[in-house]
Amino acid sequence: MLKDITLGQYFPGTTLVHRLDPRTKILMVIVYIVALFLAKSYVSYALMLAFLVTAVAISRIKPRALLKGLKPLLIIIIFTAVLNLFYSGGEPLVSFWVFTITKEGVINAFFLVLRIMMLVMGTFLLTYTTSPIALTDGLESLLKPLKKIRFPVHELSMMMSIALRFIPTLIEETDKIVAAQKARGADFESGNLFRRAKALVPILVPLFVSAFRRADELADAMECRCYHGGQGRTKMKQLHYARGDFAVLLVGALLLAGVIVLCHFGL
Amino acid sequence: MSVSIEVKNLSHTYSVGTPFEHEAIHALNFTVQPGEFLGIIGHTGSGKSTLIQHLNGLLKPTQGDVLLGGQSIWRDKKATREARFRVGLVFQYPEYQLFEETVYKDIAFGPKNMGLDADEVRARVHRAAGFVGVPEALLEVSPFDLSGGQKRRVAIAGVIAMEPEIVIFDEPTAGLDPAGCADILENICAYRRANNATIIMVSHSMDDVAKLADRLLVLRDGAIALSGAPGEVFAQAKCLREIGLEVPQVTQLLLELQSLGVPVDTAAYTTQQALAQLLSLKEGAANA
Ligand SMILES: Nc1ncnc2c1ncn2[C@@H]1O[C@H](COP(=O)(O)OP(=O)(O)OP(=O)(O)O)[C@@H](O)[C@H]1O
Ligand SMILES: [Mg+2]
Repeated sequence: MLKDITLGQYFPGTTLVHRLDPRTKILMVIVYIVALFLAKSYVSYALMLAFLVTAVAISRIKPRALLKGLKPLLIIIIFTAVLNLFYSGGEPLVSFWVFTITKEGVINAFFLVLRIMMLVMGTFLLTYTTSPIALTDGLESLLKPLKKIRFPVHELSMMMSIALRFIPTLIEETDKIVAAQKARGADFESGNLFRRAKALVPILVPLFVSAFRRADELADAMECRCYHGGQGRTKMKQLHYARGDFAVLLVGALLLAGVIVLCHFGL
Repeated sequence: MSVSIEVKNLSHTYSVGTPFEHEAIHALNFTVQPGEFLGIIGHTGSGKSTLIQHLNGLLKPTQGDVLLGGQSIWRDKKATREARFRVGLVFQYPEYQLFEETVYKDIAFGPKNMGLDADEVRARVHRAAGFVGVPEALLEVSPFDLSGGQKRRVAIAGVIAMEPEIVIFDEPTAGLDPAGCADILENICAYRRANNATIIMVSHSMDDVAKLADRLLVLRDGAIALSGAPGEVFAQAKCLREIGLEVPQVTQLLLELQSLGVPVDTAAYTTQQALAQLLSLKEGAANA
């Protein structure tokens, strides 16, 4: 059921991609996204695709798991594709009634869909191969300079790690509540939109009640262990860049440079 | 009168096709007779909760089938929905499913979903509240203002208000004080007597199942390790301990006595049986 939503799920492993410093991976994703938006041509897309495929292959994440992550976005993807298909000017291919499909439209739609898919798969590769704790640690470390302007970096990352930590718990909880209400004959699958929305009440109320209960308990537990914010707090696992990280970052820089150069030559 | 429920070659695998794929139960076969009280015991993670969620069609078997009164509950959509009402399932910590503004409305949720008319719903809510000992005065308060034990009763009432022929309880007494446990178990028996219902109860307390069950099913890693009358199952103390389970306290006592050379029959599993034995021993000693 809900468990099958793979958003933000971590698949443990020991591959090179898994072992990279989380900061490296975050930086790589940023580089990758920027490059993806700069890429304009078949050649640059091919380059990006090659990078993504290599990364996925090294990580040993099953492509099927990555594709499954796309499922919730299917509507958005189809919507953008259709929009681009019909509303790009240029040389008409086919036309019926008020719609015209142009060659540019087809190309635009194709690249847009490809871009969204690559974007999502690239970021998912990050969350699939990095534990939530490592991810927030990396983010906290990368954002550290912002502390100078009194930005609450530690608090933010603590909030993030708590939120991430509780996503699976809440999903599990939701599954249980759904099952319990179904056992009392609740019907979530039939009826019009209004009825379906109303059918959510028996799920949402217990879910919120338990979320607040959990929040209270967690706050108590943290206070009992003398948590008082980021001041003077040390880390059990210090982050260290290793040789592999520098190599990967170099690849990232080359990728970005390559795409920029290609873009410059109009390729 | 109740119906029989039959589990045929039932297997369930979670998260098929992901790295988390896991077979929780494997090729289970058993039948629960009408009116029987079946106890299910097993170590944490042995698949008890997974198994019982198949009995009312909440989980779809990866393999095998569940028959209610001889007919598959999966033969069509209507049959599956009907199974939800005929087989009531009280989850572990059921109090976390309460959501309505008042206790009355929460208990009425199930009967209303059955499409019963208002009078029948009212009658059933009052009957169910009676079984679990929720006083009338509490029916109009918010379920969130109740104590843990009271919430548990209300949640149980929410299921038995549907008046199912078969009721399944997943550790109904977890986290309650001894008096609360005894009350809930008594409520369950009262419902069973009044409706001739079949009861299936998952429990970690050997003493509880020893006292109540007609038959026991012992699960180990998703398969049936032992099954039979409590006396038969508890006679296999060695096998149970291997699985990580215990025998009832009185049986433990008798086993200890036996190992000290006292001639006792260790098949006894209730306090009464043990008491009878010890008394006859005492008489024997006095006569000698
Ligand atoms: N929704 C789920 N998704 C994936 N795996 C699950 C799910 N629910 C249970 N499992 C796994 O299936 C196995 C059996 O779980 P189940 O909840 O049936 O055990 P149990 O016997 O009820 O244990 P307990 O006594 O702790 O309640 C466990 O290994 C568990 O990790
Ligand atoms: Mg369980």
